[in-house]
Amino acid sequence: MDMKRSYYEDIELFKSGVILFWTIVFLLVLFTFPLYMSDYALYLLNLIMVYVIVSVGLNILVGSTGQISLGHAGFFAIGAYATVLLMTNLQIPFFIAIIAAAFIAAFFGFILGLPALRLEGPYLTIATLAFGLAIMHVIGHTEFFGGRQGLMAPPLDLGIPQLGWSFVLSSETSKYYLVLIITILMVLFAINILKTKAGRAFVAIRDSDIAAEVIGINLTMYKTLSFAVSAFYAGIGGGLFAFVLGFFDPFTFNLILSIIFIVMIVVGGLGSVMGSITGAALITYLMYDLFKNVNEAPYVGPLFVAFSERWMTITGMDNFNYIALGLVMIGIMLFEPLGMFGAWIRIKKYWKTWPF
Amino acid sequence: MGYFSVENLSISFGGIKAVDNISFSVEKNEIFSIIGPNGSGKTTIFNLISGIYKPDDGAVIMEGENLVGKTPDRIAKKGIARTFQNIELFANATVMDNLMLGRHIHMNTGIFTGAFMFGKRSPAAREEVEHREKVEKIIDFLELQSVRDQFVGSLAYGKRKLVEVGRALALEPKVMLLDEPSAGMNTEEKDDLTIWIKDIREDYQMTILLIEHDMNMIMGISDRVFAMQQGKKITLGPPQEVQKHPEVIKAYLGEEGIS
Ligand SMILES: Nc1ncnc2c1ncn2[C@@H]1O[C@H](COP(=O)(O)OP(=O)(O)OP(=O)(O)O)[C@@H](O)[C@H]1O
Ligand SMILES: [Mg+2]
Repeated sequence: MDMKRSYYEDIELFKSGVILFWTIVFLLVLFTFPLYMSDYALYLLNLIMVYVIVSVGLNILVGSTGQISLGHAGFFAIGAYATVLLMTNLQIPFFIAIIAAAFIAAFFGFILGLPALRLEGPYLTIATLAFGLAIMHVIGHTEFFGGRQGLMAPPLDLGIPQLGWSFVLSSETSKYYLVLIITILMVLFAINILKTKAGRAFVAIRDSDIAAEVIGINLTMYKTLSFAVSAFYAGIGGGLFAFVLGFFDPFTFNLILSIIFIVMIVVGGLGSVMGSITGAALITYLMYDLFKNVNEAPYVGPLFVAFSERWMTITGMDNFNYIALGLVMIGIMLFEPLGMFGAWIRIKKYWKTWPF
Repeated sequence: MGYFSVENLSISFGGIKAVDNISFSVEKNEIFSIIGPNGSGKTTIFNLISGIYKPDDGAVIMEGENLVGKTPDRIAKKGIARTFQNIELFANATVMDNLMLGRHIHMNTGIFTGAFMFGKRSPAAREEVEHREKVEKIIDFLELQSVRDQFVGSLAYGKRKLVEVGRALALEPKVMLLDEPSAGMNTEEKDDLTIWIKDIREDYQMTILLIEHDMNMIMGISDRVFAMQQGKKITLGPPQEVQKHPEVIKAYLGEEGIS
């Protein structure tokens, strides 16, 4: 009888009470972390969330629309630099600065998306790669951007200091809550975008651009829009990243970072928001924590160190980091091409029928 | 001049005239079939109409406006929808999403409105629900209820053909181009499809251009039949006359003969 409701169920944020329940539990746990976690752990979580934002956006471009970008470190850098420079040079309040920075990144995304209409596959990827490198080098060679020395983030003031209203976040805990709330919002936005007109159009272009066109999808508009949206996400991520690190230089945003973003979504699962989140969390943890400290591990650690000193370059331990990441990615591609999200779907299916 | 017409349409590929000076005029609400042996240029005519190819010469006129030179998405917005001989669906999306994509040109939700789809009363949610209702009618009409939430990539061939017809229908076009919709269907499915195409014409006041190899279907539903061979017109007329036309018989005898 109540037909309308049943159609709404299709698009509801939480398809069932069970999902809603576990989401709330998960969020509650996230909100209690600062009560018992060290500052270092919170710093790590902040990094994870920043990368979650970037991955979710990148996955809209790569997973949903089917266009590969190896230049996302560039948008990420634009977000970080623009936010900080707008705040320090023009005294613009944080929230306005970060949103403006994201729009600047989105504008660059739009520009970079234009060749996407002519360039296909690998050619487009190379264009994005060139963009990422160009951004890094332009920043590195421009005094205004702090050059090679890099930039220092100003105090994270959420108020409007000109009006005498200041609200400075200095502790790791307070930053954690800010990043957490913004991350939750960005994730929810992405879920909604993918469920409405634009998101469906992205998927349509990925699956069959010819069919997309004959049902009235403007390829120019949606391909560039997809670039802009994903650059916007990288911009927001970059703006937060600046404050999580406190200090950054152009080489933070190198090609390796762009590749790591891709690894995150491939490992997590292309085209899935949940995949982006798990992929970003896992890879960030591996990179910044587990692999970094591998030399301190009993038995294996000293072995690695010895091997590294004997056979590898000076930055020996970092090499292991990338080798390990590469192996994780190869492993995922071999055993679970759909990423962690694919594995999760299979496990869910398995338990659904268990024990019958 | 009729409601929809093509005039002196020509295109060649590397010296081969795939469509050679073809003209015909279709009345509103007509079922107009195009027949011809393999490679005679039928699909190419559809590609020219929907803007995938640009003709070397000629015009496609709907309601007095020439559509040649417009991009496929502009032509779709003008009210022309089509299906493909080799099925072009969005394989990694559900049946529901494929049909919702058919509503694309009728929806207004932008990226920001979409992002803020929080709660039933948000503008994006209202629009979604409104269009889902329309799509649900198509799902009922084509009896796709059982596969509603399945990915189209996993469906049987006949069902996929049907989803494509549904998607074209979702555009609420004025003119629908169906390229061999019954290919790969069993007899039962073909009978259903024949009835549905007639219903689409009646219920949606649609003008239908149909490419088909199945002669039973052609005879059963066409108002007029356009026969062609090697890019050129053979004849145009009521199905019974075209079927008896000596050149049509000759053209088909080269293949399997006309049944
Ligand atoms: N893009 C293209 N490039 C080169 N040749 C083409 C192209 N499209 C069509 N042709 C040629 O044009 C001719 C007509 O092809 P078309 O697909 O229109 O035939 P058809 O009547 O639809 O045949 P069928 O019944 O097999 O579907 C064929 O010789 C085909 O090879
Ligand atoms: Mg054909």
